[in-house]
Amino acid sequence: MIKHSWLALDKIADSVRQGSVSAVDLTKKALTLIDDNNDYNTVILKLEDRALELAKEVDRKVKRGQDPGPLAGVPYIAKDNFLVYGGEARAGSKILNGFVPPYQASAVNRLEAAGAICVAKANMDAFAHGGSTENSDFGVVKNPYDKTRVPGGSSGGSAAAVALGLVPFALGTDTGGSIRQPSSYCGVFGLKPTYGLISRSGVIAMGSSLDCIGPITNSAADAALVVDVMAGRDPLDATTIERVKEGYVAKPLNLRGLKIGVVKEYVGDGVADDVKQAFAQTVAKLKKAGADVHEVSLPSTKLALACYYIICPAEVSSNLSRYDGIRYGYHDESSKSLEESYVKTRGQGFGKEAKRRIMIGTFVLSSGYYDAYYKKAMTVRTMLIQEFESAFKTLDFLVGPVAPTVAFKIGEKTKNPLDMYMTDVLTVPANLAGIPAASIPVGYNKQGLPIGFQLMSAMHNDRDLLGLAMSIEGLRS
Amino acid sequence: MPKLSKEDVLKLARLARLELQPDEISEYIDEINRILNYVEQLKLVDTNAMIPTNQVTGLINVMRSDQIINYGYDPKSLLKNVPKVKDHQIEVKRMVEL
Repeated sequence: MIKHSWLALDKIADSVRQGSVSAVDLTKKALTLIDDNNDYNTVILKLEDRALELAKEVDRKVKRGQDPGPLAGVPYIAKDNFLVYGGEARAGSKILNGFVPPYQASAVNRLEAAGAICVAKANMDAFAHGGSTENSDFGVVKNPYDKTRVPGGSSGGSAAAVALGLVPFALGTDTGGSIRQPSSYCGVFGLKPTYGLISRSGVIAMGSSLDCIGPITNSAADAALVVDVMAGRDPLDATTIERVKEGYVAKPLNLRGLKIGVVKEYVGDGVADDVKQAFAQTVAKLKKAGADVHEVSLPSTKLALACYYIICPAEVSSNLSRYDGIRYGYHDESSKSLEESYVKTRGQGFGKEAKRRIMIGTFVLSSGYYDAYYKKAMTVRTMLIQEFESAFKTLDFLVGPVAPTVAFKIGEKTKNPLDMYMTDVLTVPANLAGIPAASIPVGYNKQGLPIGFQLMSAMHNDRDLLGLAMSIEGLRS
Repeated sequence: MPKLSKEDVLKLARLARLELQPDEISEYIDEINRILNYVEQLKLVDTNAMIPTNQVTGLINVMRSDQIINYGYDPKSLLKNVPKVKDHQIEVKRMVEL
């Protein structure tokens, strides 16, 4: 891998604002880098015309003496489940072939108003179901560090694109770890903010009580800038929350005296030695820097994955019921009746994993099984939340590895869906609790594969979480 | 022990409006049962004192002002995505036989 390196986002924007670099040149550069690296399959659609139009407008503003915004001329890639003007949005699934969004995601609108330019759509597991991009209808993404390995998922295209340096940042979505796990596998920074901090309007839904939008970047400081632009209430998404007054452009936190909990259940059996080792090294550095590190137990952690794989498919089965082939997307022509057209369109248009989740969701929500499965999972979710809340009464942050292993081989986990689900075991708890969590690259194993460090904090504490992430980046040697 | 039989899986597929290919069916029976066996572990947990969590924001009754907002959606661009359009309307298969 030859990585193209970009300056920090604020530096890129400053050079555009000062007129020393043009937004059009940056956009063209990103588009060229995408073409030159198409063997990694990170991008499934370029938005060339629209991107160049936006870039010209940014340059015109600079010439007129107007401020194009804090992300002036910064090119980025959005995961394919974001609705973005200028091309199809398919969420990695052929059932949405031909769907050109008539409106744009609020997050994308806010980035556009800040001068950022979406140049392409990233490959992903279809409907964000998966941890490897192997469920994409557009082929698997290759890991930038080893082409025989997966980049993680479902935001694998976004993470690999940033790791390759095609763009300085990308957008992803995280329902059970889909930003953090690929960020860990690709050695980049990924943030899942507090649930509701960034509007989900215009983002193709998966599990609505879990879905979060977040940035994948080269640093915590870059992520802070992107979150600061996107965060806050949106009338188009009633679940959005207020932004904090100070905003999200944090400063590194002073580590001295910071109370940090190492979650015992996150470093148990099933976590590979190289991951444990990288984690322990970072914890040791935190201690050395004066942090007050304790071990803490969250016993319900071991139930989180089972809880997630009831709640998530339940919400998936509900959200995916809208794909009927009548108003948009793939439509089976051969059917004679309306019912048959639904059945054929959905049977042919959805991939294996989507169908599997729809059926499991239909089962756990069906009368007679609802209490035993869905309601039970919702109560276990409460237990998990209470354990987090009680931990955060005495601790400022919780830490653990992001995923049990480094990036695995393509094809290694496609035989058994449960094996694939297990890659989410350390990331789903934060989604169930709604708390912010980040993946910080902290090292490599002997084969040179990246390893991430997971940071979690209480709801609404995104600003400090980013501050601590900056401090941890400073400890890397 | 398998929980769901072939008939159960076919019923789920019918409820969810999904056509399954013959080779998919046996795979799904096996996989769905394995997944259900895994999530079964929650049954052993005592959650009697717990209230189920539907959502995590704590927001209740989010209201908007009673005003019409024009988001500028263009009906033409909405219809452009429709597989079958007739006289500016979405065409569907007949639902009632005369």
